[in-house]
Amino acid sequence: MNQIEPPVIEYAQVAPLLVVFGAAVLGVVVEAFAPRYLRKAIHMPLTLLSLAGAFVLTVWQATQSPHNAAAMGAIAVDGPTLFVWGTILVLAVVSVLLISDEDHFVGQASALPGSAEEEESITARAAHTEVYPLVLFAVGGMLLFPASNDLLIMFVALEVMSLPLYLLCGLARRRRLLSQEAAMKYFLLGAFSSAFFLFGTALLYGVAGTVEFRGIAEALTRVGGMDTLLLAGTATLGVGLLFKIGAAPFQAWKPDVYQGAPTPVTALMASGTLVAAFGGLLRVFWVALGGLEWDWKPVLWGVAILTMLVGAILAITQTDIKRMLAYSSIAHAGFLLVGVVAVGDAEQNREALTGLLFYLVAYGIATVGAFAVVTLVRDAGGEANHLSRWAGLGKRAPLLAGVFALFLLAFAGIPLTSGFLGKYAIFAAAGGADAWPLVIVAVIASAVAAFFYVRVIVLMFFSDPAADGPTIAVPTVSTSIVVALAAAATVVLGVIPEPVLNLASIAAESLFVR
Amino acid sequence: MPWLSTLMAVPAVGAVAVAAVPKRNETLAKQLTFAVSLVVLALAAVMAAQFNPGGDRLQFTETYSWIPSFGIHFALGVDGVALVLILLSALLVPIVVLASWNEAAGTPEAPAKRSVKTYFALILVLEAMMIGVFAATDVFLFYVFFEAMLIPMYFMIGSYGGAQRSYAAVKFLLYSLLGGLLMLVAVIGLYVIAGKNTFLHTELIGAITDPGVQRWLFLGFFIAFAIKAPLVPFHTWLPDSAAQAPAGAAVLLVGVLDKVGTYGMLRFCLELFPDASRFFTPLVITLAVIGIIYGAIVAIGQTDIKRLIAYTSISHFGFIAMGVFAMTTTAGAGATLYMVNHGFATGALFLVAGFLIQRRGSQYISDYGGVQKVTPVLAGSFLFACLAGTAVPGLATFVSEFTVLIGTFQNRTYLVAAVIATFGVVLSAIYMLWLYQRVAGGPPSEGVKSLGELNGREKWVMAPLIAVILALGVYPKPLFDVINPSVTQTLSIAGVTQDPEPTLNVAVQRGAGQ
Repeated sequence: MNQIEPPVIEYAQVAPLLVVFGAAVLGVVVEAFAPRYLRKAIHMPLTLLSLAGAFVLTVWQATQSPHNAAAMGAIAVDGPTLFVWGTILVLAVVSVLLISDEDHFVGQASALPGSAEEEESITARAAHTEVYPLVLFAVGGMLLFPASNDLLIMFVALEVMSLPLYLLCGLARRRRLLSQEAAMKYFLLGAFSSAFFLFGTALLYGVAGTVEFRGIAEALTRVGGMDTLLLAGTATLGVGLLFKIGAAPFQAWKPDVYQGAPTPVTALMASGTLVAAFGGLLRVFWVALGGLEWDWKPVLWGVAILTMLVGAILAITQTDIKRMLAYSSIAHAGFLLVGVVAVGDAEQNREALTGLLFYLVAYGIATVGAFAVVTLVRDAGGEANHLSRWAGLGKRAPLLAGVFALFLLAFAGIPLTSGFLGKYAIFAAAGGADAWPLVIVAVIASAVAAFFYVRVIVLMFFSDPAADGPTIAVPTVSTSIVVALAAAATVVLGVIPEPVLNLASIAAESLFVR
Repeated sequence: MPWLSTLMAVPAVGAVAVAAVPKRNETLAKQLTFAVSLVVLALAAVMAAQFNPGGDRLQFTETYSWIPSFGIHFALGVDGVALVLILLSALLVPIVVLASWNEAAGTPEAPAKRSVKTYFALILVLEAMMIGVFAATDVFLFYVFFEAMLIPMYFMIGSYGGAQRSYAAVKFLLYSLLGGLLMLVAVIGLYVIAGKNTFLHTELIGAITDPGVQRWLFLGFFIAFAIKAPLVPFHTWLPDSAAQAPAGAAVLLVGVLDKVGTYGMLRFCLELFPDASRFFTPLVITLAVIGIIYGAIVAIGQTDIKRLIAYTSISHFGFIAMGVFAMTTTAGAGATLYMVNHGFATGALFLVAGFLIQRRGSQYISDYGGVQKVTPVLAGSFLFACLAGTAVPGLATFVSEFTVLIGTFQNRTYLVAAVIATFGVVLSAIYMLWLYQRVAGGPPSEGVKSLGELNGREKWVMAPLIAVILALGVYPKPLFDVINPSVTQTLSIAGVTQDPEPTLNVAVQRGAGQ
């Protein structure tokens, strides 16, 4: 007789997820039943409160110990997960503050660009308030992704995270064709990479007979490293994950998508998605495929080197600020990969994980801040993204340009900013794992990258302003909060990093549960 | 009393205060800056008076834990070498402030991009960092100041410099950053390989024993210092930066910032990696001698006054590096004194050249002629500065240059190097006196006839410099008293002393004006 056991779910442990997903569902209901003029007024508090609530629950979780795998081992709520959750939720809150600004999203996405319908939607002041539940779903997916403890859950999380983002990318108010093209590209390539991920999952299931990370790790001890199926599965799974972080040679989507998407959505993708993707990547390679370290390490070495160089070198030739930040994000993904391959004994892994977690916080916050500044530099056609338009910004808006320069210096890794300590932590971990060639390449890539960050500073401060230069939009309260928060965090993390480093090292203490 | 942190805090707080002065009230910003820099000078003088040359090696020590996770301390302390360099910085800053009174407005062909008060605030920020970099006894803290120092200088060159300023500023920043990043690798290597979980310099002495490792780490530090100092072939950024920087910034750049390079060689290369230092000494001495001769010859061929001064400095840095690596106490003490004297002599040269250029509106030597007939006091100051650059007996620079040469002759291994270097002295007479002849000799040229004489403020700029150069030329003993024990200790820690028999040493030291 077949007896179906009901699954045991530790609701308390997955509460942050439930809150976010619950709010997202509620948001859909609001969208269906609330009158148009009330929707934003309901969505905003709902979204922010649910994210804040999830953050509080995450903090509360962090004070509880010990951490273990929840929901029949499908979701691992451990130290790193909680840290990543906290990071994603903070980044999501600031991104939502940016999203709440008027004027970023199209009034009616279905209206053809340039058509009479579009005109109508503008005069009717139509707005897609669906962006709020969509963002919540995406954030929910981001939370689930690094916590998944088996490949199927991870795949579900990947899709939950990605599908709303595909849609959000196509909703830019200005330059709509570019935006729709970005959404299309992101969707096609994303679907392609999802297929790879799923294929890898299937192959690994063939090897291990299970999709659970713990099971796969156990199976590795039995089959050894020379199984073709195993290697093929690892490779295809890796392709799917590396696509999400935008590592070379799977980086092609990043500049197009970052450029085309509405800037607040870009901010969310560049920060939250990257954090989530790294969380997931770490769990797959360190937990499930940890026994295969000697096989994937050389490959990831190569990928890390390629990613750093491609990101740093191609960024030099960019003329669009958002594309430049996209390539910078690729270079940073490369730096983070240096931390991923810096594995060794448990102590070494802890150090590498601490560095990675700190780096993700530092980079994520600076990124949101940088994109927030980008939203403020506008001309008649919307944001003025061409770099030449930024000439002389330091004269026109010294404070704004100064803050942007601060973010750029943080990206470049100048001491007394958060970016420097992040880089230091990762390079030190790589040094501890004797990956000196990787460290050398990383510093050379940093020097190359410094060139294009500095170039923007030169443009802003040392060049003459363009005669018909862009106007600086008066920042709304929410945008001001985002910029101020990001700037403060960048300085504080650079000068007094100990509290966050401490949190990161506590989170990394237990490493990942199995 | 925590002298050193007070010394850093006063200019840092002063910088904030100056930045907060209303934009229209430029005079107040200047006066405030001058007052703050005088307070720093007074504090430094009082501190120096309490320094006990026969006491502990490091005095006025302060140690606070900064980032315990990485073993980083905010640790300060000075020995004789650091003390005299801090005094140099504290004395030069008020002079530079006074000299830059009208300079921050920029030149007619390249008006400044930023407000006047920003320039003065940047000078104070730089002063805090200069004191910090010499006072740091934690390798990581030293690195932080070493890199962070670049940013204010970058903005000073880029915003207030000559026509080619943004090119010069970027070149300066990228060269220094590349060197700094290589040093970062070595800093990480030092930390990881020493395995002591601390960056305290005193704890790290003798921590690296493997000669091969020492060599790699030595190279990381040394290249950074050689770019900073700069030694041939890492020097090409200096003429551009010094020529484009406003005269005041050029004084701080060449007079103090570049000394961090030679100071670092003495403090970090010799003490942390003694075996490697011995191994690389022939190479360094060769580079130094090439620099002495090459810098001098290229200086002779210059047509631009500021570039000429920059090349003379390359020649002088060759002397300093040779003194540091000659491994005798006499040469080491001479090199340290050289760092101080060169700061004053080159400072005088840059400032008086700046006065000339401001009046005539041209940096080209060919635009001058007969200045001594039109403005005798200005020409007299210029002659004095040129003579200081030539190291004429009776002036401070003579003592140090002579001591370096004597010290190098004492180490019989580098006899040939010392002989060749001596020709640098001859060449210095050519480049300096020929410069003076072309600028001040002969009949007054057309554009020179209307030049104005030095005003009261400018006389106050030159007077202290001339007084110091004369005083130290006649009576260098107080400085030697402070420097000698420290250098002796450095060389004994390094275990590399090549001092000759004491009898000879005494005879020589008497000759050196002691």
